[in-house]
Amino acid sequence: MEILSFLADGVLLALLPINLFLIVIGVTVGLFIGAMPGLGSVNGVAILLPITFLVPPSSAIIFLAAIYYGAMYGGAISSVTLGIPGASTAVATTFDGRPLALKGRASLALVTAALASFVGGTVANIFFTLFAPLLASLALSFGPPEIFALMLLAFATFVGLGGDDIPKTVFSICFGLVLASVGFDTISGEPRLVLFDIPGFLRGIGFIVLAIGVYGIGEMLWTIEQTRGEITSMNPKMTVKGMVEDAREAARLGWRGTTIGSILGFFVGVLPAAGATPGSLMSYGVAKMMSRNPQDYGNGTPDGVAAPEAANNSASTGAMLPMLTLGIPGSPTTAILLGGMVIWGLTPGPRLFVDESEFVWGLIGSFYISNVAALVINLAFIPLFIWMLRMPFTILSPLIFVLSIVGGFAASHSMHDLWLIVIFGIGAFFMRKFDYPLAPAVLAIVLGPIAEPTLRQSLLLSSGDPTIFFTRPIAGPITVIAIVLILLPALKLFRRNRAVVHS
Amino acid sequence: MRQGEISLAGLLALFSLYLMWKATDLPIGYIRGQGPGGGFWPFWLSLGMLLSCLVIAWNWWRGKTPASRSDEPLMDGFGWRTVVLVGGGVAAFVALISVVSMYGAIAIFLFYYLRFLGRHSWLLTLGLALILPIGLFFFFEGAMQISMPQGMTFTQPFFDVMYDIIY
Amino acid sequence: MKLTKRLFLGLAAGSALATLPLSALAEGWQPRRPIDFTIMAGPGGGADQIARFVQSVAEANDLTNRPLVPTNRGGGSGAEALLHLKDARDPDHTLMVTLNSFYTTPIRQEGLGVDIEAFTPITMMGVDPFVLWVHKDSGITTFEQFVERVKEMDGGFVMGGTGSGQEDSIVIAYMAGAYDLKIKYIPYDGGGAVAKDLAGQQIMATVNNPAEAKGFYEAGDFVPLLAFSDERMEAYPDVPTMKEKGHDFSYYNQRALVGAPGMSEEAAAYYREVFGKVYESDEWQKYLVSESLSPLPMDEAQTRAYWATQVQNHRDLLAKIAN
Repeated sequence: MEILSFLADGVLLALLPINLFLIVIGVTVGLFIGAMPGLGSVNGVAILLPITFLVPPSSAIIFLAAIYYGAMYGGAISSVTLGIPGASTAVATTFDGRPLALKGRASLALVTAALASFVGGTVANIFFTLFAPLLASLALSFGPPEIFALMLLAFATFVGLGGDDIPKTVFSICFGLVLASVGFDTISGEPRLVLFDIPGFLRGIGFIVLAIGVYGIGEMLWTIEQTRGEITSMNPKMTVKGMVEDAREAARLGWRGTTIGSILGFFVGVLPAAGATPGSLMSYGVAKMMSRNPQDYGNGTPDGVAAPEAANNSASTGAMLPMLTLGIPGSPTTAILLGGMVIWGLTPGPRLFVDESEFVWGLIGSFYISNVAALVINLAFIPLFIWMLRMPFTILSPLIFVLSIVGGFAASHSMHDLWLIVIFGIGAFFMRKFDYPLAPAVLAIVLGPIAEPTLRQSLLLSSGDPTIFFTRPIAGPITVIAIVLILLPALKLFRRNRAVVHS
Repeated sequence: MRQGEISLAGLLALFSLYLMWKATDLPIGYIRGQGPGGGFWPFWLSLGMLLSCLVIAWNWWRGKTPASRSDEPLMDGFGWRTVVLVGGGVAAFVALISVVSMYGAIAIFLFYYLRFLGRHSWLLTLGLALILPIGLFFFFEGAMQISMPQGMTFTQPFFDVMYDIIY
Repeated sequence: MKLTKRLFLGLAAGSALATLPLSALAEGWQPRRPIDFTIMAGPGGGADQIARFVQSVAEANDLTNRPLVPTNRGGGSGAEALLHLKDARDPDHTLMVTLNSFYTTPIRQEGLGVDIEAFTPITMMGVDPFVLWVHKDSGITTFEQFVERVKEMDGGFVMGGTGSGQEDSIVIAYMAGAYDLKIKYIPYDGGGAVAKDLAGQQIMATVNNPAEAKGFYEAGDFVPLLAFSDERMEAYPDVPTMKEKGHDFSYYNQRALVGAPGMSEEAAAYYREVFGKVYESDEWQKYLVSESLSPLPMDEAQTRAYWATQVQNHRDLLAKIAN
C-alpha cells in the first residue's frame, strides 16, 4: 500500500498547475513533431532540453516525458494519413492503417490508434508502478544470447507477413538484413560494405532512409501510376457522431490486438537492447497469428492498427524503466532524457528510487496524467489530420514528396541519404510492380542491427559454440519457440503440397 | 511484363554478386573459437539474395508468376510519362537542393508539380510554393533548430537576413 | 512577383533595424548562422551527454547569438564526423565535440585522408579517466586477486568493451600485455550497454569511465579495482593507479571542442571565449566533480603540442595491439 500513497503524491505533483500546463504543451508539441515523417520524440526532447533549465527538475522531466508520449501518439498519424512510418516504432501501424485510410476509414484507424495507445500506456503504467524493481532484474538477466533469441522470435512471428511469392519474400528479408550491415562492423572495428567506396555509406543505411524511400516515394509513385493520378477512394467524412461510432467499432474490433500489444509490448520494451520497435512488430505478428481471421491483416483491420499502437506506447513506457533503475537508455530518446537527469544533478541507477523518490514518483504520476492528456488532445486533432486527406491528390502528393525529403534530411543531416531515398524510392516502385513485398526488408533493416551483433557477441562468449542459444535458461525456450514458429508454415506448405499430389 | 520480370531479377542478381564480392573484404568464414567473421553475415545473406533471384528466374521460366505470363507492356505511355515526370521531378528536386538550398528547391518543385502536373491555378500554385517553404523555414530553423542545406554561396545573404529575423 | 519583392525588402529592412543595437554592441566577429555542433558519437554515450550539457549551459546563459545545433555523426567510429569537418562548407560555423577516436580513427582508417593537425583547437573541457570494474558477486576486491583470477581461468575470463581499437580496448590490451593475461573481449556498441551487462553478470569485468559506472558503484554492485589516471582520483581515494603498480601508463578520454580546418582566427577566438565561459561556469565545474572528470586547461599552442604527442602515443599503442 506504500506504493499507492507514493503514487498519489506523484499524481498530485503532476497535477500542480505548472506541471499540468507543461504536460498539455508537451503533449501537443510532441504530437505534431511525431506526426512529421523523419522527426520523432528524439528531436522534440533534444530541442527542449535547454529550456528545462528554467524550471525545477521534476517539472522538467515531466515536460520531456509529455513530449515523449505525445510523439508516440503522433507516430501513428503519419503512418495512417501519409502512409509513411514516421518512426521505426510505427512501421507495423502502416500495414493496416494505410489500407483503412485508402478505404476512406482513416478516422477509424486514427481513433483505434489513439484508444489502443491509451490502453497500452495505462497498462504499462500499472506494471511499472507495481513491479519496477522486479522488472529491472529481469532486464539484467537478458544478455546477448537472450536478445538474439528474442530477435529470432520477432522474425518468426513475421514469417507469414510476406506475399505469396516465397522467393521474392526471402529476397526482401535478405536484402534488408544485408543493408543493415552496411557501414561499420562494431565487433571487429572495421569499415564494412562501403558500397562503391562512397564515404557516405560509412554511417550505414538507416531505417528511416529505406522507409521513406519505399513508402514516401515508391508507394506514392505506384499509387499515382496505378490510379492515373485520380484517387477518389480517400474520401473521409468527419463528424462527432462518426467519431463516437468509430470509437465503438474500434473497441469491438480492436480489443484483442490491444490486449496482446499492451502486455507483449511492455515486456519487450523493458529490455534495454530491444525497445519499442521489436515490441510493436512482434505484437502485430502475434495478434495476426492468434486471430481467427488472419487474412484480414494487411487489408485494413482495426486489430492490425491496435496491436502495434498499444505495443509501442506500452513499450516506450517500459523503456523508461531500465533508464531510471539501471541508468541505461533503451532508445535515443531515453538517452537524451538520461542526459537531462545528469544535467539536473540526478544519478540514474539503482539508488534513484530510494534517494530521489519524490522525483521518481512525480515522473510516474505524470505518465498517468500525460497519457490521459495525450488521448484527449489526440482525439481533438483527428479532424485536422482527416481534413488534410481531403485535399485534392494533386496537392497532397507533392506535399508528401516534400515532407519525405525534408523529413529525410532532418533525420539524417546528409545529402547522401537524400539520394539514397530517391534511389530506394524508384527501385521500390519497380519492385512493387513485380510483386516484391518490401515490408520484410523494412523490418529486417530494423531488426538486423540488433540481431547480428548479439549473435556474434553470444558466439564470442561461448567460444564459437552455437549451443549457447539452447542451454541458457531464458534463451533456450525462446529459441525453441522461434524455431518451431519458423518451421510451422513450412510444414503446412509441405502437407498442402502432398495433399495436392495425392488428390 | 515478361521481359521486365527477368531483367529485374537479373539486375538484382548482379547486385547480390557485387555485395558478396564486397563482403569478402572481411573474413566471411566461421573463425574457430570466435564465431563468424565480419563478412559472414553480409556474405551469406547476399548469397541468399542471389539464390532467391535464381529461383525467381526458374519460376519465370516455368511461368509461375502472373508477371511472367503476361505479354502486356510494363506500363503504357501514360504510365511511363507519369513515372518520368514525377520520379524525375523528385530527383531534380534533390539535385536542386545543392544549388538553390532546401527551401528554394521546395518552392521550385511545388511550382513545377502544382502548375504543370496538377494544373492548378496560378494563385494556388504561387501561394503554396511561397508559403510552404517559408513556413518550413520557421518550423525547422526556428522551432526545431535543424539547419537545412543552404545551396551555393549566392543564397547566403538571404539566409543571413532570415536568421537575423528568427534569432 | 512585385509583391513578394517588396515584402522581402520590408522584412529585410525591419530585421536590419531590429538587429542594429545588437551588432553595434558586439565587438569583433560574431556568428551569423546557426553553429553546426557535430558530435563524434551516436546519441546516448558520454560524448553525447557532454555535448548536450555544454550546449545547454551555453543556451541557458545566452552565450551565443546563434543557436548551437547538436548533430550526432558517429558513423564509422567517428569517421563520418571527421569527414564532415574536413569538408565543412562553412568552417567558421562548424565545431565538433571529440573523444579519442579523434586520434585513433585517422590512424586506423588511413583512406579517409584526415589530418587532425589541420583542425582548429578551441577548448579542452576536461579528460575522463578509466577505471577497472568488477561485479561485487565475483568476490574480487583487489587488482592482485583480479590478475590471479584471470590467470586461473586461462582465457575464459570475459570482459566487455566498446570495440577493437576503442579507448577501453587500448587500456585492456595494455593491461593484458603488462601482466601477460588472456582475456576474452566482447565488443558492444556503447559504454552504457557494457555497464548493463556487467551489472547482469553477462561479463566479468569492464574498463569504463566513472560516469558510466557511477550509479551501480553507489548502489554497491560494482567494485573499482584500478584507476588508469596519473594520480589517485578524488572520488575513489582507495583505488590504486596503474602507475603505483609500477607501470608508467595512464589513459584518458579527451572531452574537447575543436573547430573545422580553415576556421578564421577571429571565429576561433570568439568560440574560445564562449566555451571558456562555459568551462568556468558553476554548472560545468560541478559536472567535472560529479562525473569525476579531470580538468586539463590548455591554450592553443599547448593543445597543438598535446595533439602531436597523443597521435604518436596512439600510433604506438595501436601498433602494439596489432602485434
